[in-house]
Amino acid sequence: MSTETTASSNDAPKTAAGKTADYLDQRTSVGGAVKEFARKVFPDHWSFMLGEIALFSFVVLLLTGVFLTMFFDPSMALEEYHGAGPETMQGQLMSVAFASTLDLSFEVRGGLLMRQIHHWAALIFMAAIVVHMMRVFFTGAFRKPREINWLVGTVLLILGLAAGFSGYSLPDDVLSGNGLRITDGVIKSIPVIGSYMSYFVFGGEFPGEHIIPRLFTVHILLVPALILALIGVHLFLMVLHKHTQFPGGGRTDKNVVGYPLFPVYIAKMGGNFFIVFGILALMGATMSINNVWNYGPYDPSPVGAGAQPDWYMLFLEGSLRLMPGAGTEWVLFGYTLSLNVLIPAVVIPGLLFTFLFAYPFVEAKVTGDKREHHVLDRPRNVPVRTGLGVAFLTAFIILALAGSNDLIATHFGMSLNQITWAFRILFFAGPVIAFWITKRICLGLQRKDRELVLHGHETGRIVRFANGEYIEVHRPLDEQERWLRVNYTAHKPLEIEPATDARGVKRPGYKAEKRWQRLSRFFYEDRVEPVTPAELAAAHSHGEHDEIAAAQTSPEVTSGATNVEQER
Amino acid sequence: MKALAARRHHRAAPVVLMLLALLLTGGVYAVLAPSSATADTASTANDVEEGERLFQANCATCHGPNAEGTSEAPSLVGVGAASVDFQVSTGRMPMQMNGPQAAPKPPQMDEEQTAQLAAYVASLGAGPAIPTDEQVDGAEGDPSNGALLFRTNCAMCHNAVGAGGALSEGKWAPPLYDVSERNIYQAMLTGPQSMPVFNDANITPDEKRDIIAYLIEQRDGSAGGLSLGSLGPVSEGVWAWVVGLGLMIGAAVWIGAKSS
Amino acid sequence: MSENQNPTPGRDVSTTSEAQHPERFTDPGVPEHKPRLTDTDPAARKRNERIVVILFAISCLGAIASIVAYFAFRPDGTTEGTRLSTVMLGTTMAVSLLGIGIAAIHWAKSLMSDHEHVDERHELASSPEVREVAVQHLTDGVEDSGIARRGVLKGAAVSALALFPLTFAVPLISSVGGDWDISKFRHTLWERGKRLAYDPTGRPIRAADLTVGSAAHVIPEESEEYMQSHDWITEKAKAVVLLVRLNPEDLRSDQSPEGETWSYDGIVAYSKICTHVGCPVALYEQQTHHLLCPCHQSTFDMADGAKVVFGPANRPLPQLPITVDDEGYLIAQDDFAEPVGPSFWERLK
Repeated sequence: MSTETTASSNDAPKTAAGKTADYLDQRTSVGGAVKEFARKVFPDHWSFMLGEIALFSFVVLLLTGVFLTMFFDPSMALEEYHGAGPETMQGQLMSVAFASTLDLSFEVRGGLLMRQIHHWAALIFMAAIVVHMMRVFFTGAFRKPREINWLVGTVLLILGLAAGFSGYSLPDDVLSGNGLRITDGVIKSIPVIGSYMSYFVFGGEFPGEHIIPRLFTVHILLVPALILALIGVHLFLMVLHKHTQFPGGGRTDKNVVGYPLFPVYIAKMGGNFFIVFGILALMGATMSINNVWNYGPYDPSPVGAGAQPDWYMLFLEGSLRLMPGAGTEWVLFGYTLSLNVLIPAVVIPGLLFTFLFAYPFVEAKVTGDKREHHVLDRPRNVPVRTGLGVAFLTAFIILALAGSNDLIATHFGMSLNQITWAFRILFFAGPVIAFWITKRICLGLQRKDRELVLHGHETGRIVRFANGEYIEVHRPLDEQERWLRVNYTAHKPLEIEPATDARGVKRPGYKAEKRWQRLSRFFYEDRVEPVTPAELAAAHSHGEHDEIAAAQTSPEVTSGATNVEQER
Repeated sequence: MKALAARRHHRAAPVVLMLLALLLTGGVYAVLAPSSATADTASTANDVEEGERLFQANCATCHGPNAEGTSEAPSLVGVGAASVDFQVSTGRMPMQMNGPQAAPKPPQMDEEQTAQLAAYVASLGAGPAIPTDEQVDGAEGDPSNGALLFRTNCAMCHNAVGAGGALSEGKWAPPLYDVSERNIYQAMLTGPQSMPVFNDANITPDEKRDIIAYLIEQRDGSAGGLSLGSLGPVSEGVWAWVVGLGLMIGAAVWIGAKSS
Repeated sequence: MSENQNPTPGRDVSTTSEAQHPERFTDPGVPEHKPRLTDTDPAARKRNERIVVILFAISCLGAIASIVAYFAFRPDGTTEGTRLSTVMLGTTMAVSLLGIGIAAIHWAKSLMSDHEHVDERHELASSPEVREVAVQHLTDGVEDSGIARRGVLKGAAVSALALFPLTFAVPLISSVGGDWDISKFRHTLWERGKRLAYDPTGRPIRAADLTVGSAAHVIPEESEEYMQSHDWITEKAKAVVLLVRLNPEDLRSDQSPEGETWSYDGIVAYSKICTHVGCPVALYEQQTHHLLCPCHQSTFDMADGAKVVFGPANRPLPQLPITVDDEGYLIAQDDFAEPVGPSFWERLK
């Protein structure tokens, strides 16, 4: 046996650390893992740490969550409160869940701190997921082989929403209770099974006496377990794929350039965990959040101005607020179909999430690209993707703002009704405008890149020649910078076989291909090609100060129908 | 003086002057501005007469020469002294310009004039009187009962802790942090502008005092630290993005930057 | 822009030079390592080491201070006391955490080697040989089990697997929705003769006590004992009503059918549960008689049968028919004529 030979070999370890390592390795073959992973290289960039922020806030959520479960009692039994909580709550009838929230905030030392850290961490968790997804989207990190990991991430986003929503409702206060009531209204609008779904969720009529214990189980067991499992998959795939890297000298699809896990990344990641935790602690210490004693224990009659969910659900709230009600509730054969609820609460979020799930596959199809990608795109080099991403964010932000329209009205002295109308229009117009502007900016930046590569940086030095001609001296790019600006592919629209084959027989599948080609044109019709060495040489042959001819001799921007004609 | 003269062309001179001017204006205002105090409830015939004169000069254009109301403004017969005291002492009346609703501003009349106006309007028809100091003393009230009543009757417009909120068509329910106890009581009693009336059968005088006690309690701030305006989850979200995520991304940029 | 000017004749050289140049630029390779101050200057290294030590020391102090704060600041039940305790515990905790974080990162950035390493990537797809073996394993397995040949066995196995979840699902589903009696959506506590009472005090309301311009939040009059129960909360969720008194001449219409009067002398009562998704609609603007929902801003006109004038709601709020009893108290004539709250599939059935 190999273990025997190791144990009896002459180079038996002498130090304590060595002995422990030997002990472990003989039982777990940990040596292989250390050999494989200890010096694994990770590329360095600040935007690669956004996912870390999400991960670490999740860890903080688990830690503070354990603290809170020790003192929280998810019971809907009613009691008259006489406890350590504020004077404004004494003697009121409330659920045990609400009372225990008061006690853990006012009686348990550090309890309020932990509650506030927990809630801030939840807001940051979702925010970090969103910016992490933005980074992945805009740099094209979802491309092959990472499509599955994009899906895992999107599911994590949805689970994050579920975790946040279920936790938000636990204290059984007026604000979250009204949130649950809205949820009940949305559930009831589902055709055919809606009423029964409502009973399914609440164990009877709203609010009943089951919802808080049920949400508690969802919040502390079901959803966190799923999130943990999927984080495992997410990180496993990340390690398997090796991290993507930004373009630059020596960075290719075949390698990964960066610093070793041990010690640099252990220190940086570990340090970042403590920084994230520290900032959350600071927020929990000094900024109050969700003071449920302001809202009071749940009672179905009251409601407070500013009745809104946490920020990550605001888009749904806004979507509900924007939908006009007149004429949108239909009666079919005596059954009621509430489109005024279904469209904003089910269809719109459905479309948004479908976009997220489907995008990597659509883009791969219209690009006709089956290669593995490990070098990221600079967002400007894929103008339509960047434009679509910004359009998506615009729609999301408009919905979130619409969900805050009452606060906008009071803080900017505007009319609620006018704001609502403005957002109704903007929800459709905003994304289109945002797409168009973003795409133009991207193309402009690409042209700027060409300009820089061909003519160098302006130096501000003006030189006069003997013949009286003035020129500004341009400093040519060093090869690292030039490589950054020329190292990309400007994809072309798909080319497809003609509708009929050589014998004039109609080709099956042509129509579908034609549709994909049309979409592909939308993506890649307008493009700016990178500078080629020949173009650079041509530009230089005019003298380094020349700015005129090079642009004319190159196929600079190909655009629109003329471009397609040229390709035929 | 010479040194001063020499410096008058200094680059910072306009800024310094501006600051001085602002300080002066603020100081003068602080000294001269009427300080709020309880109204004198005893009115005399003289007050009524004086009040009528003030009314004709300041209010009659909109409310009509006999306060009977016009197409512009409601009748004031029977609104009572409490209503006049509320509207005038918070500066809402006389109204400066037409808008979705009359906004509070520095009062245009001093205490005596306000009392005279109130006495005049009260003489036109029976209405709610100005509450006594004892009636509006929050220290006597029960903040817990006040919380209960506030939640059902007031929070939907004024927000759970009285931070204010939006109404339709550009109207709004004002924040209550800086409103005097007397004005809070009067608002409930008289239902100014969009606000419905909460008469003594609906919310008894004792209950009104409980509500005041609850609102006073809110002025201590929040147990969890900075209250961030007590506007609820939207403002919390903004703070999470700007402060929390802002700091974390700042830290990430520092971590990712090459050391020199 | 200069690009748009006509090209100078005779200067186009691109066609001649194209042949001599590669199609694309070549990768210049990983940029040269630039030494940091700490790589070249031992004094700087020493200084940075000291900074890291100090940061760790600050963290230790923060942790100790946190324990001190725990004992020093007992929350005393007041807002200030709780705030002081929270702030002290939290900031000291933050110092201990941030100390470690900043120290570790400063250490990594200034003292650990910053030479970039290069790892090779390997294609993720398994090699053809590996795939072949994998496929062979699977076909062998299918062959061994005989699943392809034994159709009945396959059917039986699939049936068993499809049926067993029922043993779990049926008991769960039968109980998870309570009694599944959705006809409860149609009934509230209101019935003929039930007095209207102020929420939350439960005092019954006399019609004469309502001033014009008043808004009252109303619940049915129930016993103290019942109002302490869970059942009450669930029933209250359907029964709450908003009562307003308008000038009788301002009341343009209400929902009373022919031959009936559902309002009383300018007093109208409407369900407070929004017909959109069920928020309590409660913002009554007494001058315009509009009732606004703070959740999604549906606006109802109380002077005109609670019709929707703005927002996402589609239907008017259901009206509670009211009248007065012998003692002058407001009472309900009957339950609501239609289910209150948001629409559901069977609403009109």
